Amino acid sequence: MSNVAITSQPRGDGILARLSDALWRRPTLFLVLLLAPPALWLGIIYLGSLFALLAQSFFSIDEFSGLINYEFTLKTYRELFIPANLDIIIRTTLMATCVTLGAAVLAFPIAYYAARYARGKWKALFYLGVMLPLWSSYLVKVYAWKLILAKEGILNWIFEVLHLTWALEAYLAIPLIGGNSLSVSYSGTFLVFLYVWLPFMVLPMQASLERVSASYLEASADLGAKPLQTFRLVLLPLALPGIIAGSIFTFSLTLGDYIIPQIVGSSRLFIGQAVYTHQGTAGNIPLAAAFTVVPVVIMGFYLWMAKRQGAFDAL
Amino acid sequence: MTTAVRFDGVSRHFGSVKAVDAVDLAIGEGEFFAMLGPSGSGKTTCLRLIAGFEQPTAGEIEIFGSPAGGVPPYRRNVNTVFQDYALFPHLSVMDNVAYGLMIKGVGKAERRRAAEATLEMVRLTGYGSRKPSQLSGGQRQRVALARALINKPKVLLLDEPLGALDLKLREDMQEELKVLQRSLGITFVFVTHDQGEALSMADRVAVFDQGKIRQIGTPQEIYQQPTSAFVANFVGSSNVLPADLVAQLGSGHAQASLRPEAIRLVSAGGHPAEIIATSFVGAATKLALQMGDIRLHALIDHRTHDCEVGQQVLIDWNPEDLHLMDGGDE
Repeated sequence: MSNVAITSQPRGDGILARLSDALWRRPTLFLVLLLAPPALWLGIIYLGSLFALLAQSFFSIDEFSGLINYEFTLKTYRELFIPANLDIIIRTTLMATCVTLGAAVLAFPIAYYAARYARGKWKALFYLGVMLPLWSSYLVKVYAWKLILAKEGILNWIFEVLHLTWALEAYLAIPLIGGNSLSVSYSGTFLVFLYVWLPFMVLPMQASLERVSASYLEASADLGAKPLQTFRLVLLPLALPGIIAGSIFTFSLTLGDYIIPQIVGSSRLFIGQAVYTHQGTAGNIPLAAAFTVVPVVIMGFYLWMAKRQGAFDAL
Repeated sequence: MTTAVRFDGVSRHFGSVKAVDAVDLAIGEGEFFAMLGPSGSGKTTCLRLIAGFEQPTAGEIEIFGSPAGGVPPYRRNVNTVFQDYALFPHLSVMDNVAYGLMIKGVGKAERRRAAEATLEMVRLTGYGSRKPSQLSGGQRQRVALARALINKPKVLLLDEPLGALDLKLREDMQEELKVLQRSLGITFVFVTHDQGEALSMADRVAVFDQGKIRQIGTPQEIYQQPTSAFVANFVGSSNVLPADLVAQLGSGHAQASLRPEAIRLVSAGGHPAEIIATSFVGAATKLALQMGDIRLHALIDHRTHDCEVGQQVLIDWNPEDLHLMDGGDE
């Protein structure tokens, strides 16, 4: 046995081979190289602009000249609390809450089926069914909904064919959620939000349910728990991280959207629309920035509450 | 003796797969009953049928005389120790153990007391506030046991409960389980693929193969008088002698089993054979022997015999150690 090479392959002489050998010997360097681009992106472009925004919200606008006064003040934040602006915040938060709850209720059976029962091609069909709406333009979908919900739209026609027009009219007569037609009511806005954001609830929910082993549910039943008790005491707590993840999507997406309430809904403003108008025609960048901080604060508070309630204990 | 669990022609088919096929079975009250078989033999499905996680496609199951057909798991006075323990990861050990009592609506103070007593029984006093993820495999196993036993089930089902433990711990737990079963008097139905475990723990053993029970009997019966080549092979790896050789030896015309420890090396008489492999198994040496065209295994005391591979030896056994088998022709 003389001088047998310990490498099974001849040492590569190419520059790539030497580079990969060098990186293999310095795993830390490899990690740094791997993480540097996303870290730079996240740090400078993303967090940087967020802080720029935050800074803007502490400036104010001179009411006479319309110029921005670059001095630290809380005046702009005070402006958020005048009744007209507070209305916008409350309206948007309520809508986001309703959309999130609606999405959670609607998504759970779908996610549960997909995680527990769907196999092979049925699973593929599930992913396709959930993701397909995301492939088409958001604007096209929203306008399609306007056509469905309009007074001359498909939904009205269906109610007419079923001789249920009276039921729809009775519903539209309810104050607040009703209106002239579904397309100009809060109910319409709610339906479109629900449709557009549903996939963002289904997917994280399905991922978390996928990790709940069937034997937990069997063990619960084995110990005497009826299906509803098993749902409340085992399934729901274990799926909660996924539900919270999904609700972060649906909640924050609804809080920030400015197109859907503009196309489908009453003319009353949502936060996104307020930001849009203030930074645009009104040129009030500080107030727009302050409005943008509102969803950030609400989400932060929401996550803090969720953590305190032990929503992430099962992670 | 009352019958705790009775199977009457029970089958469970999944499409064309006959997981359990026309099984008849009666497990007595207070019995330690083992279901032994290779994976896919239907033993776990049988356990799940008793627990109520599966419904039979044919036949009747009775638990303490009342038909179990259509009775959901949460209405059965039967508890299960799962193979993966299935401890709820979001609950503390205490809450896991008290889960069954909480469902029954037992007050908080009382279920705490009961849970503590049960944890003491499985020697886990003081572990109540931990999460399952902070326990070792053996501790989790005992929590799973406590969580089932606190409900005072009439039948305790154990699905390969010791499979994930290492050897030493497994032997300790075997003993512990046996002592526990004796003192509580609860019927234990124990599923395992480990024949040593089944033989050492159970009062009676059912050997499963391909959805059917091949043999039911006491460990001694199963070990000493296997009725088929499958049982002889699976339980303690008996030698199976083909029918024509048995006929040559003048012992009848059927396959026969011969235990490895029944084979002796002799200096005269007997049958010539060649040692083709040896392995040291602690108390003895295991020999692989080639006798004509059949291969035999023998356990030989290495203090009295020197055994070398390639050595020609003479082997013999007592005629009464040769057990004729009527069933099975594998």
